[in-house]
Parts: sequence; C-alpha cells; structure tokens
Amino acid sequence: MNATLEATRAERAWAVLDAVPDPEVPAISVRELGIVREVLDHGASMEIVLTPTYSGCPATEVIERSVCEAIDAAGLGPARVTMRRAPAWTTDWISEDGRRKLRDYGIAPPGPTADGSAPIRIVGRRAEAVACPRCGSAHTERLSAFGSTACKALWRCVACKEPFEHFKSI
Amino acid sequence: MQASIQLPDDPKLQYLLRIGDTCLILGQRLGEWCGHAPIIEEDIALTNMALDLIGQARGVLTLAGDQCPQDYDEDQLAFLRDERDYLNPTLVELPRGDFAFTVLRNAMVATWLKLLWERLRDSSDAELAAIAGKALKEARYHQQHAADWVVRLGDGTEESRRRCEAALARLWLYSAELFEDDAVDAAAQASGLGPAASELREPWLAEMREILDAATLAPPAETTFRSSGKRGVHSEHMGYILSEMQYLQRAFPGGAW
Repeated sequence: MNATLEATRAERAWAVLDAVPDPEVPAISVRELGIVREVLDHGASMEIVLTPTYSGCPATEVIERSVCEAIDAAGLGPARVTMRRAPAWTTDWISEDGRRKLRDYGIAPPGPTADGSAPIRIVGRRAEAVACPRCGSAHTERLSAFGSTACKALWRCVACKEPFEHFKSI
Repeated sequence: MQASIQLPDDPKLQYLLRIGDTCLILGQRLGEWCGHAPIIEEDIALTNMALDLIGQARGVLTLAGDQCPQDYDEDQLAFLRDERDYLNPTLVELPRGDFAFTVLRNAMVATWLKLLWERLRDSSDAELAAIAGKALKEARYHQQHAADWVVRLGDGTEESRRRCEAALARLWLYSAELFEDDAVDAAAQASGLGPAASELREPWLAEMREILDAATLAPPAETTFRSSGKRGVHSEHMGYILSEMQYLQRAFPGGAW
C-alpha cells in the first residue's frame, strides 16, 4: 500500500473525530477532550485508541459507538475502538480550542492539575480560583463538589449571580 | 434461577476480589442514598462517588475474571457469587446508617483506597497499575470531600458531634481488619502485585488522625475485635445487600437494559 494514501486515511480519521461530540458535553469533540490517543490505519480497517475519562463514566460506551459510526460513515471503516487506561487521562489534555468552546458553552474549563502526590489539605486550604465563564469575574464560589456529570462541579458567580458548571481538574 | 459460579483457589484472584468487592459493595451502599441525602448537593455527591466506585469495581472485577479458567466477566463476578466468595472487608457492608456514619466511613475507606491505589500504580500487573492510575485521582477527590464533612460535623453542633462520635465508636472497630495480613498478602507482596495490608496501617492512621484532629475528634482505643469479611466470613448484613443486588440476574439470567 502507498504510504501517502495511508497517512491521508489516518489524517481524515482525525478530522472526523474532531466532529464527534462528547455525549455529555456536546460543545466539544472527543478529540478536543483529549481522549483520542492514536489512530491506527490497518489498511482494511481503522483502529481508534481511546483513554477513558472517569472509571465509571457512563458516556464511555456511547463514545465508542459514535466514534465507530462516524469513521464508518466517512468510508474509513470498518472501525474498532480499543481502550488504553495508562497513562490515565488528565484534564490537562483538553485542547486550547476545547477550553475556549467550554467557556463559550458556559462551563468554566479546568485549571492545571495539582500535584497528585501531595497529601490532601484538611484545613487552611486556598479556594480554587475559577473565573465565571459568563462575565469573567474571579469572584466565584463553589456550591457543590459534584455536578450533573462525573467530570463537573457546580459553582456560582457572586458578581453576575449566575450559576455555572466547572470542569474539575483531575 | 441462575446458579452460583465457582471460583478457583488462587491468591491473586483473592487479592483482586478484596479490592474490587470493596468498591462494589461500598458503591452499592452509597447508591442507597439516591433521593435520601439531607441536601441535593450531597445526593449528587454520594451517587457520583458510587458511580466512580462501581467503575473501579468493574475494572478490577474484569481483571479478576481473567484469572479464572472459566474466564468470567465482571457481571458474573458481581452478581453470581455466593456470600462466602465476596472478599470485601466487613466495614463497607455495614448498613448506611445516618449521614455522619456515611461520611465518616467514606473518609476512612477513601483514605485507605487512596493509599492502596498509590501503591498499586507500581503493581507488577500492568492492567492493575493502569486501573490504579485512574482510580487514585478519584479517590483523592472522595477523600477530600468526605474529610471536609467529617470536620464540619465533628466540629459542628452538639447533635452533629454526638452522631459523629457514635459513628466513630462503631466504625473504628472494623478498621483493624483492613490491615491484617494473611497468605494472600504474602503472595501479593512476593509477586509485586501489591502491598501487604499491614503496610498501609501507619500512613492510614497518620492521615485519619489529621482529619479527626481537625474535627476535634479522637481515634478510639484499639480493641481485640476483628471482623473477617476479607476471608469471606461476613456480618449478618451481607446476605441482605447481596439478595437485593443479585435478584435480577438470578431471576432473569443475562438480563440487560
């Protein structure tokens, strides 16, 4: 098989994945979410390697299906998805475009992840600085550590009074 | 009715079941709070944590199934074992109690799981190490959330403190089992699968003391009581939770929706 043609098929697959929305946060694509690790062109088929976001995220199976359907629909299939758990997904892998789209959609994007080896702080903890995605004010407060999906927490802007969701950094 | 599956006598399988069943049974207990938590934010928090735990259980039980010659899947392991073949420590099967009992148990278990996942990132089993890498992030968040509540209730009103103290007196009895070693631990330590239970005792006590200090609570004195869920000998509560969990798969084998 011609090497140029192979590269083109993989590139086309990446472009297709740019248009497959995350089912729970449809403002961004699975590629922008940073869960697509690799696209492997096996000539007669296409393998998409994904990393799951949360251990129990119910969207994982929907994502697998929609990825396969999109690759098949683009004529690049038959597609299959394989899962790669390590290294674990981190919100640091969400692209700049993805972060901008989250903000435009009303979800405060995650900040950089903290040092995972540090012990938790029980008292004297500094509140996380999360800017309101609507008015940009840093005068915000957390309402709930958990939210409507595994990946989000619920916040409120004290300046513009609007509640908003925050993509937890993990 | 669907018959129970039989398990081989294998220390690696048993080590994995102790972890996977801890996540499975605590996840089930937390799920019982759905629609019953004192405030909506905690209803969401408890069910979110339940979801993370069930996801972790799924990963570990899938790996456990791979150790069996019958190549069981995670659903068979979750729903088709007899009580004696569940190897979670008794701590997680105790009824959910009140909110103080729930958040204190969550703090104890999340602290323990966090320390365990930290060590399992270096497991000689690559799949277990990969599961641990993800689960660790979740356990840290759970620990933080539960610890915040222990402080709030322990150092709270007279009523919240009374309930926290009562929960602590009861739950602490069951913590000793988490750190008891046996042949399963020795095998895991030798093969590099994971740490022996006793290795986590000191770091766990240090982190729990910090949480309890902040909550103005004191860890109860050690006793000679030892629960034995990890060896399959459970409390009287285990049969009830299993019958609720298993009913559907026993009555309608392979049922899905």
